[in-house]
Amino acid sequence: MVAIRPRAERRNDSNGGVSFDADVLVLGGGPAGTWAAISAAERGARVVLADKGFCGTSGATAPSGTGVWYVDPAPAQREAAMASREAAGGYLQSRHWMARVLDETYAQSNRLAEWGYPYPAGDDGQPRRNSLQGPEYMRLMRKRTKSAGVTILDHSPALELLVDDSGAVAGASGVRRQHEDSWTVRAGAVVVATGGCAFLSKTLGSNGLTGDGYLMAAEAGAEFSGMEFSNAYAISAAFGSVTKTLFFGWATFTYEDGSVVPGAASKGGRKAIARALLHGPVYAQLDKADEQVRATMRASQPNFFLPYDRTGIDPFTERFPITLRLEGTIRGTGGLRITDDSCATTVPGLFAAGDAATRELICGGFTGGGSHNAAWAISSGSFAGRGAADYALQTRRAPATSVRRAGTAGLQAAPRRALDPAQLARAVQDEAYPYETNYFRNAERLTASLGRLDRLWREVTEADAAAWPDLIRTREGAAMLATARWMYRSALARTESRGMHWREDHPQLDARQRHYVTSGGLDEVWTEPRPHDEGALVEAAE
Amino acid sequence: MIEIIDPERCTACNICVTACPTNVFDKTEGLPVIARQADCQTCFLCELYCPEDALFVSPFAEQPQGIDVVAARQSGLLGSYRRAVGWTKDSEHLREADRSFRLFGQ
Ligand SMILES: Cc1cc2nc3c(=O)[nH]c(=O)nc-3n(C[C@H](O)[C@H](O)[C@H](O)COP(=O)(O)OP(=O)(O)OC[C@H]3O[C@@H](n4cnc5c(N)ncnc54)[C@H](O)[C@@H]3O)c2cc1C
Ligand code: SF4
Ligand code: SF4
Repeated sequence: MVAIRPRAERRNDSNGGVSFDADVLVLGGGPAGTWAAISAAERGARVVLADKGFCGTSGATAPSGTGVWYVDPAPAQREAAMASREAAGGYLQSRHWMARVLDETYAQSNRLAEWGYPYPAGDDGQPRRNSLQGPEYMRLMRKRTKSAGVTILDHSPALELLVDDSGAVAGASGVRRQHEDSWTVRAGAVVVATGGCAFLSKTLGSNGLTGDGYLMAAEAGAEFSGMEFSNAYAISAAFGSVTKTLFFGWATFTYEDGSVVPGAASKGGRKAIARALLHGPVYAQLDKADEQVRATMRASQPNFFLPYDRTGIDPFTERFPITLRLEGTIRGTGGLRITDDSCATTVPGLFAAGDAATRELICGGFTGGGSHNAAWAISSGSFAGRGAADYALQTRRAPATSVRRAGTAGLQAAPRRALDPAQLARAVQDEAYPYETNYFRNAERLTASLGRLDRLWREVTEADAAAWPDLIRTREGAAMLATARWMYRSALARTESRGMHWREDHPQLDARQRHYVTSGGLDEVWTEPRPHDEGALVEAAE
Repeated sequence: MIEIIDPERCTACNICVTACPTNVFDKTEGLPVIARQADCQTCFLCELYCPEDALFVSPFAEQPQGIDVVAARQSGLLGSYRRAVGWTKDSEHLREADRSFRLFGQ
């Protein structure tokens, strides 16, 4: 039986662009966005999904592929999976969330198999569902999103949210960059699934991931959690983009002179690599992989080998220069604060999923080699899609007559000249990239950097609105800037080391700081501690 | 970065114009062009989507290399990634070749 699903209605737009009326608008078409769109459509909502690039190839997963936190539901295996990363994450996880993410990821991964994802089988003939090849997975997700009746707008970055009189989110608008016109979607609820922010560091698949969703949500009043957990750096060949780190577990890291970098390792020794890189080149060679492992690597992840095969390097027998690229909140864990099981944010009508939302609930302050991120994208996408659909269908009111555009930086006319977006991006990168500031944090350097970032924010708000073709880049630069300010303000507030957040001046974990750091604000950035459910009990008992 | 559209192989289907996530290509009256090379994120996905194996992405993410078409053709690399992931007719069995599960947790 073919279900007939309601579709979003296209309206004529007097400005020459396109307009739609929908129940749910999803911003971002990576795994989180596509799961959200499908889940909302399955609830009977009319759904539009707008992606900056092409839904199916854009985002961090599409070119890379991910390990997935897919765990057998047997209680013992469940318990082991939940317990295994608590220490690394700094004890900020929530058992309630870990359990429901494991359930949802298990169920949705099994649906992927029904939909035809070519999962491999183990020697025992049983399927293995804890790894997804990016191109294959996201091609399938696009197909399923379309067949769910979702209207997809490709190459259509969102620029700002629409907000009604009551302050509830009522849609969004953006541009269609291949048509050089605009789009507007009026919707009862919006899901932000725009991914994390990697500051245009060329980490794989991240050129569109500039924190746009954070900025748009903050302009509507949303809050963040865990933005101090935003200093993930990934290993890649110095010249390349393929920041896949799993196989570097088999590497030896050396200085120019061939001697081994003490303490350097992909897992648990990445800071030693960063320290060595401050003084000169560092090389890697995957010499710890035996023949069998080498063959498995080649068959399993062909994209890992592209930089080497195409430059004639044999990574197993020859060493090559490496670098660490900033992944920011992609493999960090901070993001939009979630207030309930439906992934609602603090703003009515606004939901968040995937890297755009905080992942502290399932992995605390650390994700490392991942699999939690992919599981989170699947499950938070599904929760947010259903939540947004239920909210929109319950509160379905006549589309608000008066909606206000919530966008600020780069969108408001002013007497000063508009900013050069390339310069803006570089100025933010100069603050966010350096290992000295972001990886090895201390109060002095964070404070100095925040001074410069705050000044830059004033300049951005005082500058004239950007015009085509600088508009998208200017909003991206403003979003990266705002993101860096939430990151460093939160990093300053956490006067201890926990998860990936490491303070040179507070190198120990402080048991009294087992709490979350909430942050927010645009012109004035603020932070506030928020109790962890169990942490609160500990503090009360002291 | 994207380096090459092979004019002999390209059929101007414009799939790459649509599929490139960072909008690097532009449609023209004839074959598409690499209009914004600096925006390329070196993700190699256009190679997977091009049905004619007409594209070549160099692994150098920061600097264009100025590779020429003839050299790219002779290298045998055109289409090599598409074959490796099983997206060609004769390599379909490779779509389920992922044995990452053997490497996790080692
Ligand atoms: C190299 C690499 C390897 C990884 N490996 C693993 C792993 O093994 N296991 C794991 O769990 N995780 C891994 N991760 C992390 C994982 O890829 C992410 O957690 C996951 O992609 C998040 O999904 P998402 O949908 O939230 O974001 P994304 O997949 O990044 O998608 C975000 C989407 O939003 C769109 N967008 C951005 N701005 C706008 C805008 N203004 N308007 C409209 N659309 C917009 C983008 O175009 C993009 O399509 C890896 C990441 C990288 C980079
Ligand atoms: S996808 Fe390939 S064949 Fe089609 S236009 Fe692009 S380069 Fe030419
Ligand atoms: S490598 Fe990726 S970003 Fe570059 S042109 Fe191809 S699809 Fe576009």
